[in-house]
Amino acid sequence: MNVVTPPEPLKPKDYASDQEVRWCPGCGDYAILRGVQKALSDIGARKENTVFVSGIGCAARFPYYLSTYGFHTIHGRAPAIATGIKITNPELDVWVVSGDGDSLSIGGNHLLHLLRRNVDVQFLLFNNEIYGLTKGQYSPTSRAGTRSPSTPFGSVDKPVSPVAFALGAGARFVARGIDTMQKQLPGLFKRAHEHKGTSFVEIFQNCIVYNDGVFSDFTEKEVAADRQLHLEHGKPMIFGKDRNLGIRLKAGALKLEVVTIGKDSVTEDDLLVHDEKDQMMATLLGGMNGTDMPVAIGILYCDPLPSYEEGVSALAARAIEQAPSADVNELLRHGHTWMVEDA
Amino acid sequence: MSISGTLKKEATKEAPRKELESAVVRFAGDSGDGMQLTGGQFTLATASAGNDLATFPDFPAEIRAPAGTTYGVSSFQINFGARGIKTSGDSFDVLVAMNPAALMVELKGLKTSGIIIIDIGTFSERNLRKAGYDVSPLADGSLDAYRVVELDISQLTLEAVKEHGLTNKEALRCKNLWTLGFIYWMFGRERKPSVDWLEAKFATRPEVAAANIAALNAGHALAETSEILDGFQGFAIPQATITAGQYRAVTGAEAIAWGLATGCQLAELQMVFCSYPITPASSVLHTLSKMTPFGVTTFQAEDEIAAACAAIGASYAGGLGVTSSSGPGIALKGEALGLAVGVELPLVVVNSQRAGPSTGLPTKTEQSDLYQAVFGRNADSPLCVLAARSPADCFDMAIESVRIATKFMTPVILLTDGYIGNAAEPWLIPDVSAINPFPVSFEIDEEGFHPFRRDPDTLARSWAIPGKLGLEHRIGGIEKDYDSGHISYDPQNHQRMTDVRADKINRIADDSPPQTVELGPESGRLAVVGWGSTYGPINRAVDNILGEGSEVSHIHLRNIWPLARNLGELLAGFERVLVPEMNAGQLVTLLRSEFLVDAEGFNKVTGQPFKISELEDAIRARL
Ligand code: SF4
Repeated sequence: MNVVTPPEPLKPKDYASDQEVRWCPGCGDYAILRGVQKALSDIGARKENTVFVSGIGCAARFPYYLSTYGFHTIHGRAPAIATGIKITNPELDVWVVSGDGDSLSIGGNHLLHLLRRNVDVQFLLFNNEIYGLTKGQYSPTSRAGTRSPSTPFGSVDKPVSPVAFALGAGARFVARGIDTMQKQLPGLFKRAHEHKGTSFVEIFQNCIVYNDGVFSDFTEKEVAADRQLHLEHGKPMIFGKDRNLGIRLKAGALKLEVVTIGKDSVTEDDLLVHDEKDQMMATLLGGMNGTDMPVAIGILYCDPLPSYEEGVSALAARAIEQAPSADVNELLRHGHTWMVEDA
Repeated sequence: MSISGTLKKEATKEAPRKELESAVVRFAGDSGDGMQLTGGQFTLATASAGNDLATFPDFPAEIRAPAGTTYGVSSFQINFGARGIKTSGDSFDVLVAMNPAALMVELKGLKTSGIIIIDIGTFSERNLRKAGYDVSPLADGSLDAYRVVELDISQLTLEAVKEHGLTNKEALRCKNLWTLGFIYWMFGRERKPSVDWLEAKFATRPEVAAANIAALNAGHALAETSEILDGFQGFAIPQATITAGQYRAVTGAEAIAWGLATGCQLAELQMVFCSYPITPASSVLHTLSKMTPFGVTTFQAEDEIAAACAAIGASYAGGLGVTSSSGPGIALKGEALGLAVGVELPLVVVNSQRAGPSTGLPTKTEQSDLYQAVFGRNADSPLCVLAARSPADCFDMAIESVRIATKFMTPVILLTDGYIGNAAEPWLIPDVSAINPFPVSFEIDEEGFHPFRRDPDTLARSWAIPGKLGLEHRIGGIEKDYDSGHISYDPQNHQRMTDVRADKINRIADDSPPQTVELGPESGRLAVVGWGSTYGPINRAVDNILGEGSEVSHIHLRNIWPLARNLGELLAGFERVLVPEMNAGQLVTLLRSEFLVDAEGFNKVTGQPFKISELEDAIRARL
């Protein structure tokens, strides 16, 4: 009898390449890299079957630091390249790593179409609200008024919300994390990986050099509990350091409001219960901005549909089944042909 | 002169047809008149009759240009004959003008004493005005130099189809088939293939098929039984001497699609075709979209950039990525092509060139993207450029593109143009099983592996694809270390990598056939050097001049970059070198800079192919 020894499960460090990681010391990217390596280990990812694709930017260096297959491509185009990979070999497990400029400015169009097609990849958007690699210009997610080398008097244009963009494009999985969430990040990535179709994950990432502390109003230890709402499917939306704050639907409006349990006769039963399959709820949650409302963290939306490449494969299978022949010689001779005899 | 109803005398009906060595017919009408379809059917009937032929579809950029306007005229030209036909013909023997606008636009191309078939049913005051006529050309003697056949085709068609119960509008749509029947008689063509075709096309609407067939027959009958022109008994064009075998009509777009799919089968690779719609390249996408059973995956991307990038992703994953476009789209793909050059992945890029700059003249032909193909990327980014010379040649060049791309791990740009893409020519169907396969072997050797390990002969890097255990690696647009494939910012290494990328592309010349001379002596007084779709007119012009006893040679390039190894020496053997191109002078600059040869350009950018006569004049002036 053949004894098949199952392969040794790989440890997080086995997913690290031999290349020296070259982000600025203290950059949030390090923590995300650790989170991904842990998730790969938890999933039991096969290195040879895993491909990390990236565009351009600080985040895009990611593939070089992993021991899987990796393709560091051009600015904004990683979604298109990943799509080409998936339609060619749907068996590959593809992750796309991108930043806010890469995926929402120069590559906005490609991300839109990746999401609407629902190509089965994990899309990680490291949002640091700044262009790091090109030394600190404001980005499409920078808040209006951001002072940067290209906007010394403050930026004028309003930021795009990655979550609203993804939902609007038809994403079927939308989640949010923070680089410092070391405990939860691997679990979030694992869920993204389980989901078939494009899994969109926005990660608030601190750029210590050009935009330090831009998220501190909701990520600092002292305020985190009061300014973050951690979502759990089927659970009421409760937050706050005393676990006495909640979210409910405002009477007579499609708006959310923060309430205090025990105040004005509000009980837990009045709170919204998170439903991952509710796209409208996800949209409302994504719009909470961290100032008068907490920032929603976790899985905002998850409602799978068949992936693009499944559709492509099914279509191909049907076409092949119905085709009279796959012989090019026959194809070249179909339709109207004529013989010329020797003179 | 209206001739309907005038019966021929019994005696003349038996008279023999007038024999012609070749003839050129141009069908011209409104965009909605179905002239391309008429021309296509006439092409098939003519090919079946054993003539050699060449066609030139010439249609407006607007999908539905306002009816009756000169810019809405859609034309189809066919040259056919008993001798080898190289071009769609300089000027025509027969012009079909379905409305005043068609007459206005096309009359200048008709030979003196040529025949014009005119649908006078459309020559209303209003239509004449729309076409720009103050006075009807039928009345003012301006057509006196031609032989005019005036027919109320609209009315004759309505009568022919009335029993089939179509609406007036539907019935008038049969006008083109009526005209086709008429022309079929003029040239003694069989109606049967068109009848079969109509029955198949309108299988679900038998009344439409029947009406069209009735129109075809009525047109034929009228021509047969009436006195079209004094003493005219129709033409006969003897069969051409053509290599025996099975033939079909093929357009360049079809030949490219089939050639690419064949090439991928020979390489044993899945073909992934990623494209974005653009005139005149979309027909390649349409043809390939039907070829799923032949191992072809097609992907209509969100834009040109995504099309190129998805194709690169496909090649990275172990398929062959192919993308196609026209000049403006190729411009958008430029950065991605640079990536493919940098990461050294195979990729085939088809450019169906059109007239520019910018949107230019999308439906008109030009060959002005040679610079773009050879030089059009940032930095030193060499790649291989090939050019097809005719619709049928597209098949061979598509296979060659796949072979070079996979053997040398490089993007290959294949240049065609709107003329080659849309024109049809008879094609001796090749036996694909007789072509030497060139299967790709992906890297499997872990020993000392790195992604930029090179084949010592071709300098191609090893192609390791995801899914293979033990060969996990990272590649990207950043410069790679020559010896490890890791990213490297070392200046000396960049020099070495730049050199090796160029050297690799140069070595393609060692793997390509040497440049031959198509016609004329191997050295001598004048070499006429062309590339792409100018093949036909140059070849015919040189042939004619040789026939006059003068010494001239035709050289036609398929390998644009790298140039053939022997080309410099070959050109040095001629006193003069003339380079006709449908651009402002691009190959000529390349030849001058590469070989320091005193080559002279002969250039034309009117959106129309060269005429044989203008090339003959240019050649004579240099002898
Ligand atoms: S510039 Fe900012 S985002 Fe980029 S590596 Fe440095 S800290 Fe990280």
